Amino acid sequence: MFKDIEHLIRLAVFIVIAVVAFVVLRAAVVPRSFGQYGHYRGAAISEVAARPIAYAGHEVCEGCHTDVAEQKKQGKHVVVACEACHGALASHADDPTSVTPAKLDTAILCARCHEANSAKPKLFPQVVTADHSGGIACDTCHQPHKPKIEDEKPSAGGKK
Amino acid sequence: MDITRRHLILLLPAAAVAWKYVVAGTPEASPNYKISEHWWSMLIDIPKCIGCGSCVRACAQENEVPDGYFRTWIERYHVADWKIERPEVESPNGGKQAFPPNEISGGKNFFVPKLCNHCADSPCTQVCPVGATFVTPDGVVLVDKSYCLGCRYCVQACPYGCRFINPKTSTAEKCTLCYHRITKGLTTACCEVCPTGARQLADLRNPNDPIHEFLKTHTVQVLKPHMATGAKVFYNGMDGSVR
Repeated sequence: MFKDIEHLIRLAVFIVIAVVAFVVLRAAVVPRSFGQYGHYRGAAISEVAARPIAYAGHEVCEGCHTDVAEQKKQGKHVVVACEACHGALASHADDPTSVTPAKLDTAILCARCHEANSAKPKLFPQVVTADHSGGIACDTCHQPHKPKIEDEKPSAGGKK
Repeated sequence: MDITRRHLILLLPAAAVAWKYVVAGTPEASPNYKISEHWWSMLIDIPKCIGCGSCVRACAQENEVPDGYFRTWIERYHVADWKIERPEVESPNGGKQAFPPNEISGGKNFFVPKLCNHCADSPCTQVCPVGATFVTPDGVVLVDKSYCLGCRYCVQACPYGCRFINPKTSTAEKCTLCYHRITKGLTTACCEVCPTGARQLADLRNPNDPIHEFLKTHTVQVLKPHMATGAKVFYNGMDGSVR
């Protein structure tokens, strides 16, 4: 039918080889989970989720430190999570004996929340630390887990 | 048929390729987590924020955010009288060490915590040329570190300035909404440590989440609604001056 049919056969063979090479290379290069949920690698989601946690969460702390949890319930700091002040302590929860929390400097720590600032909500308890305590550590007078001083006189300074 | 040396040489690479696919199965980080049952968002109650910087410090520690870069940060706004279009905004070190007392009196002063808005129609994922950033089926915008080229398209595309290039890995980085925590049933690090409850993680696909009642009964806004990004970080009591 055709003269010199081998030209066409050669071309067809070349195209078949190219298509096969493309399919094989694509299968080898594109990760298997690409396109699982969309135009991205589906496995990346579980890779992000596999990161270890640093903050244990206050429920974990309260599992052991029941005395502190009870004490906090009596004061306004009940809403403040343990790690808000004590820092990330999932490592301590995993291994309570060898990892112990550092002692905190309340003169710096308390001021972060309670130093007076015009941008803070008006009802939030604020003090000017220089006038209120002169920079001494807050836990000299206040118990941080239950900060209200019971026999506090109204004139003791610091607006409520 | 006897397996000759020639057969073996041909078989071995094929077997190696096949084995690679067997072991590359998706690792299951949290087996009880159903990705289709969640649609994550966050609620920020501006009248409750005291600008203490706990969220910024917790985020940096939980996610090893390099110094000077922020996945979440706090801005202090000062709006003088009627100048709603000219607010003075400051954020010293992202508010990480709280804010120095301000001497400005008069006008309006308040704090605005910022983070990735985990937009449903996010501009950042649309510009990624390689599919390295994406919205997950549970509504979190994530970055695939091993795919990211560091081209910075997404950094420019984000209207909220929530992305940066990590100087160590040279890849794009952003808030993951603590994806490694929320898939384990925990809240995000920032919400965990917020002492006033100004930040709350919310699941819009959970009909029992208190977010639904809150959204119904409060004056809630998202940042830059005119950008139509489908932002999912809801701000309660936000002043019109907030950008």
